[in-house]
Amino acid sequence: MESINVNESIVKNADFTEEIGIESGQPVQKCYQCGKCTAGCPLTFAMDYKPNQVIRMVQLGMKDELLKCQTIWICSNCSTCTTRCPCNVEVAEVMGALRIMAGKSGTTPPGKAKYVEVMYDALLGTVERFGRTYEVGLVMQNNLKSGKLFNNADMGMPMFQRGKLKLLPTKVQGAAEVARIFAEVRKMEGGVK
Amino acid sequence: MRYAYFPGCSYHGTGKEYELSTHAVAKKLGMELVTIPDWSCCGATASHGKSHLLNIALPSRNLGIAEGMGIGEVTTGCAACYQQLANANKKMIENEDLRNKVNSITGKPYKGTLKVKSIVEAIGIVDPETIKSQVVKPLTGLKVACYYGCLLVRPPEITGFDDPENPMFIDNIMKLAGAEVLDWAHKTECCGASLGVSNLDVAVRMIDRILAAAVESDADCIAVACPFCHLNLDWHQKSVNRKLGKSYDIPVFYFTELLGLSMGISPDELGFKTHFTDTKKVLSVVG
Repeated sequence: MESINVNESIVKNADFTEEIGIESGQPVQKCYQCGKCTAGCPLTFAMDYKPNQVIRMVQLGMKDELLKCQTIWICSNCSTCTTRCPCNVEVAEVMGALRIMAGKSGTTPPGKAKYVEVMYDALLGTVERFGRTYEVGLVMQNNLKSGKLFNNADMGMPMFQRGKLKLLPTKVQGAAEVARIFAEVRKMEGGVK
Repeated sequence: MRYAYFPGCSYHGTGKEYELSTHAVAKKLGMELVTIPDWSCCGATASHGKSHLLNIALPSRNLGIAEGMGIGEVTTGCAACYQQLANANKKMIENEDLRNKVNSITGKPYKGTLKVKSIVEAIGIVDPETIKSQVVKPLTGLKVACYYGCLLVRPPEITGFDDPENPMFIDNIMKLAGAEVLDWAHKTECCGASLGVSNLDVAVRMIDRILAAAVESDADCIAVACPFCHLNLDWHQKSVNRKLGKSYDIPVFYFTELLGLSMGISPDELGFKTHFTDTKKVLSVVG
Protein backbone atom coordinates (compact mmCIF):
# COMPACT_ATOMS: atom_id res chain seq x y z
CA MET A 1 0.00 0.00 0.00
CA GLU A 2 1.20 3.50 -0.78
CA SER A 3 1.71 5.70 2.21
CA ILE A 4 -1.16 8.08 2.79
CA ASN A 5 -1.68 11.02 5.09
CA VAL A 6 -4.57 9.89 7.29
CA ASN A 7 -5.06 13.34 8.78
CA GLU A 8 -5.95 14.49 5.29
CA SER A 9 -8.16 11.54 4.40
CA ILE A 10 -10.13 11.80 7.65
CA VAL A 11 -11.03 15.38 6.80
CA LYS A 12 -11.40 14.90 3.05
CA ASN A 13 -13.60 11.80 3.34
CA ALA A 14 -15.56 12.59 6.50
CA ASP A 15 -18.73 12.30 4.40
CA PHE A 16 -17.77 8.78 3.40
CA THR A 17 -17.22 7.68 7.00
CA GLU A 18 -20.57 9.16 7.96
CA GLU A 19 -22.38 7.64 4.99
CA ILE A 20 -21.09 4.13 5.71
CA GLY A 21 -22.19 4.56 9.33
CA ILE A 22 -25.67 5.56 8.21
CA GLU A 23 -26.04 3.04 5.40
CA SER A 24 -24.85 0.14 7.55
CA GLY A 25 -26.64 1.45 10.63
CA GLN A 26 -23.48 0.73 12.62
CA PRO A 27 -21.55 2.77 15.19
CA VAL A 28 -18.24 2.34 13.35
CA GLN A 29 -16.53 4.98 15.49
CA LYS A 30 -16.90 2.78 18.56
CA CYS A 31 -14.37 0.22 17.28
CA TYR A 32 -11.21 0.21 19.40
CA GLN A 33 -9.36 -2.43 17.35
CA CYS A 34 -9.52 -5.42 19.68
CA GLY A 35 -9.25 -7.65 16.58
CA LYS A 36 -11.85 -10.18 17.65
CA CYS A 37 -13.60 -9.94 14.26
CA THR A 38 -10.43 -10.89 12.44
CA ALA A 39 -9.57 -13.65 14.92
CA GLY A 40 -12.86 -15.43 14.21
CA CYS A 41 -13.20 -14.68 10.49
CA PRO A 42 -13.05 -17.90 8.41
CA LEU A 43 -11.99 -16.00 5.27
CA THR A 44 -8.98 -13.92 6.31
CA PHE A 45 -6.73 -16.16 4.20
CA ALA A 46 -8.41 -14.85 1.05
CA MET A 47 -8.70 -11.18 2.08
CA ASP A 48 -6.42 -8.28 1.18
CA TYR A 49 -7.47 -6.26 4.26
CA LYS A 50 -8.58 -8.02 7.46
CA PRO A 51 -11.99 -7.16 8.96
CA ASN A 52 -10.55 -5.03 11.80
CA GLN A 53 -8.48 -3.13 9.23
CA VAL A 54 -11.58 -2.47 7.16
CA ILE A 55 -13.32 -0.87 10.14
CA ARG A 56 -10.24 1.23 10.92
CA MET A 57 -10.04 2.30 7.27
CA VAL A 58 -13.68 3.40 7.41
CA GLN A 59 -12.84 5.52 10.47
CA LEU A 60 -9.86 6.99 8.62
CA GLY A 61 -11.88 7.82 5.50
CA MET A 62 -9.86 5.54 3.22
CA LYS A 63 -12.62 5.41 0.63
CA ASP A 64 -10.62 4.67 -2.52
CA GLU A 65 -8.68 1.80 -0.95
CA LEU A 66 -11.85 0.23 0.44
CA LEU A 67 -13.99 0.51 -2.67
CA LYS A 68 -11.41 -1.29 -4.76
CA CYS A 69 -10.41 -3.98 -2.29
CA GLN A 70 -11.33 -7.67 -2.49
CA THR A 71 -12.29 -8.17 1.15
CA ILE A 72 -15.69 -6.52 0.91
CA TRP A 73 -16.70 -9.05 -1.77
CA ILE A 74 -14.95 -12.12 -0.36
CA CYS A 75 -16.78 -11.68 2.98
CA SER A 76 -19.44 -14.41 2.96
CA ASN A 77 -21.68 -12.50 5.38
CA CYS A 78 -21.41 -15.33 7.93
CA SER A 79 -21.66 -12.73 10.74
CA THR A 80 -19.21 -14.38 13.13
CA CYS A 81 -17.63 -10.92 13.53
CA THR A 82 -21.03 -9.32 14.10
CA THR A 83 -21.89 -11.86 16.79
CA ARG A 84 -18.63 -11.39 18.72
CA CYS A 85 -17.95 -7.63 18.50
CA PRO A 86 -17.73 -6.18 22.03
CA CYS A 87 -18.76 -2.76 20.68
CA ASN A 88 -21.83 -4.11 18.89
CA VAL A 89 -20.52 -3.10 15.49
CA GLU A 90 -22.14 -5.45 12.99
CA VAL A 91 -19.03 -5.78 10.85
CA ALA A 92 -20.85 -7.84 8.19
CA GLU A 93 -23.33 -4.96 7.74
CA VAL A 94 -20.42 -2.55 7.23
CA MET A 95 -18.99 -4.91 4.61
CA GLY A 96 -22.43 -4.98 2.96
CA ALA A 97 -22.68 -1.18 2.87
CA LEU A 98 -19.19 -0.96 1.33
CA ARG A 99 -20.09 -3.63 -1.22
CA ILE A 100 -23.22 -1.75 -2.26
CA MET A 101 -21.28 1.52 -2.54
CA ALA A 102 -18.53 -0.17 -4.56
CA GLY A 103 -21.12 -1.77 -6.86
CA LYS A 104 -22.76 1.59 -7.51
CA SER A 105 -19.41 3.21 -8.23
CA GLY A 106 -19.30 1.03 -11.34
CA THR A 107 -15.70 -0.13 -11.01
CA THR A 108 -15.02 -3.81 -11.63
CA PRO A 109 -13.88 -5.47 -8.41
CA PRO A 110 -10.31 -6.81 -8.61
CA GLY A 111 -9.15 -10.44 -8.64
CA LYS A 112 -11.41 -13.01 -7.00
CA ALA A 113 -13.85 -10.29 -6.00
CA LYS A 114 -14.95 -9.90 -9.62
CA TYR A 115 -16.36 -13.43 -9.63
CA VAL A 116 -18.46 -12.71 -6.56
CA GLU A 117 -20.10 -9.72 -8.21
CA VAL A 118 -20.66 -11.70 -11.41
CA MET A 119 -22.36 -14.45 -9.40
CA TYR A 120 -24.63 -11.98 -7.57
CA ASP A 121 -25.66 -10.43 -10.88
CA ALA A 122 -26.23 -13.83 -12.49
CA LEU A 123 -28.44 -14.95 -9.59
CA LEU A 124 -30.44 -11.73 -9.39
CA GLY A 125 -30.76 -11.72 -13.19
CA THR A 126 -32.65 -15.01 -13.06
CA VAL A 127 -34.83 -13.74 -10.20
CA GLU A 128 -35.72 -10.56 -12.09
CA ARG A 129 -36.71 -12.62 -15.12
CA PHE A 130 -38.48 -15.60 -13.59
CA GLY A 131 -39.28 -14.54 -10.03
CA ARG A 132 -37.15 -17.37 -8.65
CA THR A 133 -33.54 -18.43 -8.84
CA TYR A 134 -33.01 -20.69 -11.82
CA GLU A 135 -29.98 -22.78 -10.89
CA VAL A 136 -29.00 -23.91 -14.41
CA GLY A 137 -29.37 -20.40 -15.84
CA LEU A 138 -27.43 -19.00 -12.91
CA VAL A 139 -24.42 -21.27 -13.49
CA MET A 140 -24.49 -20.68 -17.26
CA GLN A 141 -24.68 -16.90 -16.89
CA ASN A 142 -22.02 -16.99 -14.19
CA ASN A 143 -19.63 -18.96 -16.40
CA LEU A 144 -20.19 -16.80 -19.45
CA LYS A 145 -19.65 -13.53 -17.59
CA SER A 146 -16.72 -14.74 -15.48
CA GLY A 147 -14.98 -16.33 -18.48
CA LYS A 148 -14.64 -19.55 -16.43
CA LEU A 149 -16.65 -21.55 -18.94
CA PHE A 150 -16.21 -24.97 -17.38
CA ASN A 151 -16.66 -23.85 -13.79
CA ASN A 152 -18.80 -26.52 -12.08
CA ALA A 153 -19.36 -28.19 -15.49
CA ASP A 154 -18.63 -31.56 -13.87
CA MET A 155 -21.79 -31.10 -11.80
CA GLY A 156 -24.16 -31.27 -14.76
CA MET A 157 -24.43 -35.00 -15.41
CA PRO A 158 -24.36 -36.22 -11.78
CA MET A 159 -27.01 -33.61 -10.90
CA PHE A 160 -29.14 -34.63 -13.87
CA GLN A 161 -28.88 -38.32 -12.99
CA ARG A 162 -30.16 -37.55 -9.51
CA GLY A 163 -33.08 -35.49 -10.78
CA LYS A 164 -31.60 -32.38 -9.18
CA LEU A 165 -31.14 -30.44 -12.36
CA LYS A 166 -34.19 -28.71 -13.71
CA LEU A 167 -33.44 -27.80 -17.28
CA LEU A 168 -36.22 -25.26 -17.60
CA PRO A 169 -36.93 -22.41 -15.21
CA THR A 170 -40.11 -22.21 -13.16
CA LYS A 171 -41.74 -18.85 -13.71
CA VAL A 172 -43.91 -17.57 -10.90
CA GLN A 173 -47.27 -16.03 -11.83
CA GLY A 174 -46.21 -12.82 -10.17
CA ALA A 175 -42.93 -12.63 -12.09
CA ALA A 176 -43.94 -9.22 -13.45
CA GLU A 177 -44.47 -8.07 -9.87
CA VAL A 178 -40.96 -9.21 -8.95
CA ALA A 179 -39.52 -7.50 -12.03
CA ARG A 180 -41.30 -4.34 -10.94
CA ILE A 181 -39.57 -4.50 -7.54
CA PHE A 182 -36.21 -4.45 -9.34
CA ALA A 183 -37.32 -1.57 -11.59
CA GLU A 184 -38.61 0.50 -8.68
CA VAL A 185 -35.47 -0.08 -6.60
CA ARG A 186 -33.38 0.99 -9.59
CA LYS A 187 -35.47 4.13 -9.91
CA MET A 188 -35.16 4.95 -6.21
CA GLU A 189 -31.55 3.97 -5.63
CA GLY A 190 -29.82 3.26 -8.90
CA GLY A 191 -27.09 0.69 -8.96
CA VAL A 192 -28.91 -2.64 -9.25
CA LYS A 193 -27.57 -3.85 -12.56
CA MET B 1 -49.39 -26.76 14.33
CA ARG B 2 -49.95 -24.95 11.04
CA TYR B 3 -47.29 -23.00 9.20
CA ALA B 4 -47.19 -20.99 6.01
CA TYR B 5 -44.36 -22.79 4.26
CA PHE B 6 -41.68 -21.16 2.09
CA PRO B 7 -39.95 -23.85 -0.02
CA GLY B 8 -37.06 -21.73 -1.37
CA CYS B 9 -35.58 -21.90 -4.87
CA SER B 10 -33.49 -25.04 -4.34
CA TYR B 11 -36.55 -27.06 -3.30
CA HIS B 12 -36.72 -29.20 -6.43
CA GLY B 13 -33.09 -28.82 -7.42
CA THR B 14 -30.03 -29.07 -5.22
CA GLY B 15 -32.10 -29.17 -2.03
CA LYS B 16 -34.48 -31.89 -3.16
CA GLU B 17 -33.82 -34.28 -0.26
CA TYR B 18 -34.52 -31.50 2.24
CA GLU B 19 -37.92 -30.79 0.69
CA LEU B 20 -38.87 -34.48 0.56
CA SER B 21 -37.75 -35.28 4.09
CA THR B 22 -39.20 -32.10 5.62
CA HIS B 23 -42.68 -32.92 4.35
CA ALA B 24 -42.39 -36.60 5.35
CA VAL B 25 -41.30 -35.72 8.89
CA ALA B 26 -43.85 -32.90 9.29
CA LYS B 27 -46.62 -35.34 8.39
CA LYS B 28 -45.50 -37.74 11.13
CA LEU B 29 -45.45 -34.91 13.66
CA GLY B 30 -48.89 -33.63 12.70
CA MET B 31 -47.37 -30.38 11.50
CA GLU B 32 -49.24 -28.84 8.58
CA LEU B 33 -47.09 -27.01 6.04
CA VAL B 34 -49.19 -24.88 3.69
CA THR B 35 -47.08 -23.60 0.79
CA ILE B 36 -47.18 -19.82 0.30
CA PRO B 37 -48.99 -19.40 -3.04
CA ASP B 38 -46.87 -18.02 -5.86
CA TRP B 39 -43.87 -17.45 -3.58
CA SER B 40 -40.82 -15.79 -5.14
CA CYS B 41 -37.09 -15.72 -4.40
CA CYS B 42 -36.00 -14.21 -1.06
CA GLY B 43 -32.93 -12.61 -2.64
CA ALA B 44 -30.64 -15.30 -1.22
CA THR B 45 -27.19 -13.98 -0.35
CA ALA B 46 -26.99 -11.85 -3.50
CA SER B 47 -29.41 -9.00 -2.82
CA HIS B 48 -27.61 -8.22 0.46
CA GLY B 49 -24.62 -7.17 -1.60
CA LYS B 50 -26.54 -5.07 -4.10
CA SER B 51 -29.15 -2.93 -2.37
CA HIS B 52 -30.63 -2.62 1.13
CA LEU B 53 -34.05 -1.87 -0.28
CA LEU B 54 -34.05 -4.82 -2.69
CA ASN B 55 -32.83 -7.04 0.14
CA ILE B 56 -35.91 -6.19 2.21
CA ALA B 57 -38.39 -5.96 -0.67
CA LEU B 58 -37.80 -9.43 -2.17
CA PRO B 59 -38.59 -11.38 1.03
CA SER B 60 -41.35 -8.91 1.98
CA ARG B 61 -43.40 -9.82 -1.10
CA ASN B 62 -43.60 -13.34 0.35
CA LEU B 63 -44.41 -12.08 3.84
CA GLY B 64 -47.23 -10.02 2.32
CA ILE B 65 -48.71 -13.10 0.63
CA ALA B 66 -48.21 -15.24 3.75
CA GLU B 67 -49.98 -12.69 5.95
CA GLY B 68 -53.04 -13.03 3.74
CA MET B 69 -53.16 -16.78 4.47
CA GLY B 70 -54.22 -16.05 8.04
CA ILE B 71 -51.85 -18.59 9.56
CA GLY B 72 -49.60 -16.34 11.62
CA GLU B 73 -46.33 -18.23 11.42
CA VAL B 74 -43.99 -18.82 8.50
CA THR B 75 -41.42 -21.58 8.33
CA THR B 76 -38.78 -22.61 5.83
CA GLY B 77 -36.03 -25.21 5.63
CA CYS B 78 -33.27 -23.28 3.87
CA ALA B 79 -31.10 -21.35 6.32
CA ALA B 80 -30.50 -18.52 3.84
CA CYS B 81 -34.23 -18.11 3.10
CA TYR B 82 -34.89 -18.22 6.84
CA GLN B 83 -32.43 -15.46 7.60
CA GLN B 84 -33.68 -13.33 4.71
CA LEU B 85 -37.33 -13.70 5.79
CA ALA B 86 -36.55 -13.18 9.48
CA ASN B 87 -34.39 -10.13 8.74
CA ALA B 88 -37.02 -8.52 6.51
CA ASN B 89 -39.72 -9.35 9.05
CA LYS B 90 -37.82 -7.63 11.87
CA LYS B 91 -37.00 -4.52 9.82
CA MET B 92 -40.56 -4.25 8.43
CA ILE B 93 -42.05 -4.47 11.92
CA GLU B 94 -39.61 -2.02 13.51
CA ASN B 95 -39.30 0.63 10.81
CA GLU B 96 -42.54 2.21 9.62
CA ASP B 97 -40.91 4.41 6.96
CA LEU B 98 -39.18 1.41 5.45
CA ARG B 99 -42.40 -0.60 5.62
CA ASN B 100 -44.30 2.07 3.71
CA LYS B 101 -41.57 2.38 1.12
CA VAL B 102 -41.30 -1.39 0.60
CA ASN B 103 -45.06 -1.86 0.52
CA SER B 104 -45.30 0.73 -2.26
CA ILE B 105 -43.15 -1.42 -4.57
CA THR B 106 -43.88 -5.08 -3.80
CA GLY B 107 -47.53 -5.23 -4.82
CA LYS B 108 -48.11 -7.39 -1.73
CA PRO B 109 -48.31 -5.03 1.25
CA TYR B 110 -47.19 -6.50 4.57
CA LYS B 111 -48.58 -5.17 7.86
CA GLY B 112 -46.01 -6.90 10.06
CA THR B 113 -48.06 -9.49 11.96
CA LEU B 114 -46.07 -12.68 11.27
CA LYS B 115 -43.50 -14.74 13.12
CA VAL B 116 -40.77 -16.43 11.09
CA LYS B 117 -39.28 -19.72 12.26
CA SER B 118 -36.67 -22.00 10.78
CA ILE B 119 -37.89 -25.58 10.33
CA VAL B 120 -35.16 -26.45 12.86
CA GLU B 121 -36.93 -24.34 15.46
CA ALA B 122 -40.40 -25.49 14.37
CA ILE B 123 -39.45 -29.16 14.85
CA GLY B 124 -37.28 -28.42 17.88
CA ILE B 125 -40.18 -26.94 19.85
CA VAL B 126 -42.47 -29.93 19.26
CA ASP B 127 -43.09 -31.78 22.52
CA PRO B 128 -40.19 -34.28 22.86
CA GLU B 129 -42.70 -37.01 23.80
CA THR B 130 -44.49 -36.49 20.47
CA ILE B 131 -41.24 -36.93 18.58
CA LYS B 132 -40.23 -39.95 20.66
CA SER B 133 -43.58 -41.61 20.07
CA GLN B 134 -42.85 -41.55 16.32
CA VAL B 135 -39.33 -42.95 16.59
CA VAL B 136 -39.69 -46.62 15.73
CA LYS B 137 -36.17 -47.26 14.40
CA PRO B 138 -33.82 -45.37 16.74
CA LEU B 139 -30.45 -44.47 15.21
CA THR B 140 -28.61 -46.37 17.92
CA GLY B 141 -24.85 -46.28 17.52
CA LEU B 142 -24.87 -43.60 14.83
CA LYS B 143 -22.42 -40.81 15.62
CA VAL B 144 -23.64 -37.52 14.17
CA ALA B 145 -21.77 -34.22 13.89
CA CYS B 146 -24.56 -31.63 13.82
CA TYR B 147 -23.61 -28.69 11.60
CA TYR B 148 -25.49 -25.38 11.81
CA GLY B 149 -23.39 -23.10 9.65
CA CYS B 150 -23.94 -19.35 9.75
CA LEU B 151 -27.34 -18.07 8.79
CA LEU B 152 -29.42 -20.33 10.98
CA VAL B 153 -27.97 -18.92 14.20
CA ARG B 154 -26.44 -15.58 13.23
CA PRO B 155 -26.74 -12.72 13.75
CA PRO B 156 -28.52 -13.51 17.04
CA GLU B 157 -30.57 -10.28 16.91
CA ILE B 158 -32.33 -11.70 13.86
CA THR B 159 -32.32 -15.46 14.50
CA GLY B 160 -32.12 -15.74 18.26
CA PHE B 161 -33.75 -19.12 18.90
CA ASP B 162 -30.51 -20.96 19.64
CA ASP B 163 -27.05 -20.21 21.02
CA PRO B 164 -24.96 -18.61 18.23
CA GLU B 165 -21.71 -20.19 19.43
CA ASN B 166 -22.87 -23.61 20.60
CA PRO B 167 -26.33 -24.26 19.19
CA MET B 168 -28.12 -27.41 20.34
CA PHE B 169 -31.48 -27.59 18.53
CA ILE B 170 -30.38 -30.11 15.87
CA ASP B 171 -28.36 -32.03 18.49
CA ASN B 172 -31.44 -32.37 20.68
CA ILE B 173 -33.57 -33.54 17.75
CA MET B 174 -30.92 -36.11 16.77
CA LYS B 175 -30.77 -37.34 20.37
CA LEU B 176 -34.53 -37.90 20.31
CA ALA B 177 -33.97 -39.90 17.10
CA GLY B 178 -31.64 -42.14 19.10
CA ALA B 179 -28.34 -40.96 17.61
CA GLU B 180 -25.17 -40.15 19.50
CA VAL B 181 -24.33 -36.46 18.98
CA LEU B 182 -20.77 -35.25 19.06
CA ASP B 183 -19.14 -32.30 20.70
CA TRP B 184 -17.05 -30.88 17.89
CA ALA B 185 -15.33 -27.64 16.98
CA HIS B 186 -16.89 -26.51 13.71
CA LYS B 187 -20.64 -26.49 14.33
CA THR B 188 -21.05 -22.89 13.23
CA GLU B 189 -18.03 -22.34 10.97
CA CYS B 190 -18.98 -20.96 7.54
CA CYS B 191 -18.91 -23.44 4.60
CA GLY B 192 -18.26 -20.65 2.08
CA ALA B 193 -21.83 -20.62 0.75
CA SER B 194 -21.91 -19.18 -2.77
CA LEU B 195 -18.10 -18.98 -2.92
CA GLY B 196 -18.52 -22.62 -4.02
CA VAL B 197 -19.88 -21.18 -7.27
CA SER B 198 -17.85 -17.98 -7.62
CA ASN B 199 -14.48 -18.95 -6.10
CA LEU B 200 -14.18 -22.69 -5.58
CA ASP B 201 -10.49 -22.45 -4.68
CA VAL B 202 -11.44 -20.35 -1.67
CA ALA B 203 -14.47 -22.46 -0.72
CA VAL B 204 -12.62 -25.80 -0.72
CA ARG B 205 -10.33 -24.56 2.05
CA MET B 206 -13.33 -23.69 4.21
CA ILE B 207 -15.10 -26.98 3.45
CA ASP B 208 -11.89 -28.88 4.20
CA ARG B 209 -11.70 -27.44 7.72
CA ILE B 210 -15.27 -28.50 8.52
CA LEU B 211 -14.86 -32.02 7.11
CA ALA B 212 -11.55 -32.43 8.93
CA ALA B 213 -13.13 -31.46 12.26
CA ALA B 214 -16.05 -33.87 11.71
CA VAL B 215 -13.73 -36.75 10.86
CA GLU B 216 -11.49 -35.87 13.81
CA SER B 217 -14.51 -36.15 16.14
CA ASP B 218 -15.09 -39.68 14.80
CA ALA B 219 -18.42 -38.84 13.15
CA ASP B 220 -20.23 -41.39 10.97
CA CYS B 221 -22.02 -38.55 9.21
CA ILE B 222 -22.79 -34.85 9.27
CA ALA B 223 -26.33 -33.46 9.74
CA VAL B 224 -27.10 -30.09 8.11
CA ALA B 225 -30.05 -27.71 7.77
CA CYS B 226 -29.27 -25.71 4.63
CA PRO B 227 -29.16 -26.64 0.92
CA PHE B 228 -26.01 -24.58 0.37
CA CYS B 229 -24.20 -26.23 3.29
CA HIS B 230 -25.31 -29.58 1.88
CA LEU B 231 -24.12 -28.80 -1.63
CA ASN B 232 -20.74 -27.64 -0.37
CA LEU B 233 -20.14 -30.45 2.12
CA ASP B 234 -21.67 -33.25 0.03
CA TRP B 235 -21.01 -32.49 -3.64
CA HIS B 236 -17.82 -30.47 -3.11
CA GLN B 237 -16.28 -33.17 -0.94
CA LYS B 238 -14.81 -34.52 -4.15
CA SER B 239 -13.61 -31.03 -5.14
CA VAL B 240 -11.76 -30.85 -1.80
CA ASN B 241 -10.29 -34.29 -2.39
CA ARG B 242 -9.18 -33.37 -5.90
CA LYS B 243 -7.85 -29.88 -5.21
CA LEU B 244 -6.29 -30.43 -1.80
CA GLY B 245 -5.23 -34.07 -2.08
CA LYS B 246 -7.62 -35.32 0.63
CA SER B 247 -9.65 -38.52 0.75
CA TYR B 248 -12.87 -37.62 2.57
CA ASP B 249 -15.78 -40.00 2.30
CA ILE B 250 -18.25 -38.91 4.95
CA PRO B 251 -22.00 -38.85 4.23
CA VAL B 252 -23.84 -35.54 4.69
CA PHE B 253 -27.58 -35.55 5.49
CA TYR B 254 -30.28 -33.05 6.15
CA PHE B 255 -31.26 -33.51 9.79
CA THR B 256 -34.80 -34.20 8.55
CA GLU B 257 -33.57 -37.22 6.57
CA LEU B 258 -32.05 -38.78 9.68
CA LEU B 259 -35.08 -37.96 11.79
CA GLY B 260 -37.30 -39.48 9.08
CA LEU B 261 -35.18 -42.61 9.01
CA SER B 262 -35.68 -43.05 12.75
CA MET B 263 -39.42 -42.69 12.17
CA GLY B 264 -39.38 -45.69 9.85
CA ILE B 265 -39.79 -43.70 6.63
CA SER B 266 -38.05 -45.48 3.74
CA PRO B 267 -34.64 -44.08 2.75
CA ASP B 268 -35.81 -43.68 -0.86
CA GLU B 269 -38.75 -41.58 0.20
CA LEU B 270 -36.38 -39.32 2.14
CA GLY B 271 -33.95 -38.82 -0.74
CA PHE B 272 -31.04 -41.06 0.28
CA LYS B 273 -30.44 -42.06 -3.34
CA THR B 274 -29.67 -38.58 -4.64
CA HIS B 275 -26.64 -37.75 -2.50
CA PHE B 276 -23.15 -37.54 -3.95
CA THR B 277 -21.51 -39.16 -0.94
CA ASP B 278 -22.21 -42.77 -0.05
CA THR B 279 -25.27 -43.01 2.20
CA LYS B 280 -25.21 -46.81 2.47
CA LYS B 281 -22.61 -46.64 5.23
CA VAL B 282 -25.12 -44.98 7.52
CA LEU B 283 -27.84 -47.48 6.68
CA SER B 284 -25.47 -50.30 7.58
CA VAL B 285 -24.80 -48.74 11.01
CA VAL B 286 -28.47 -48.29 11.88
CA GLY B 287 -29.61 -51.46 10.11
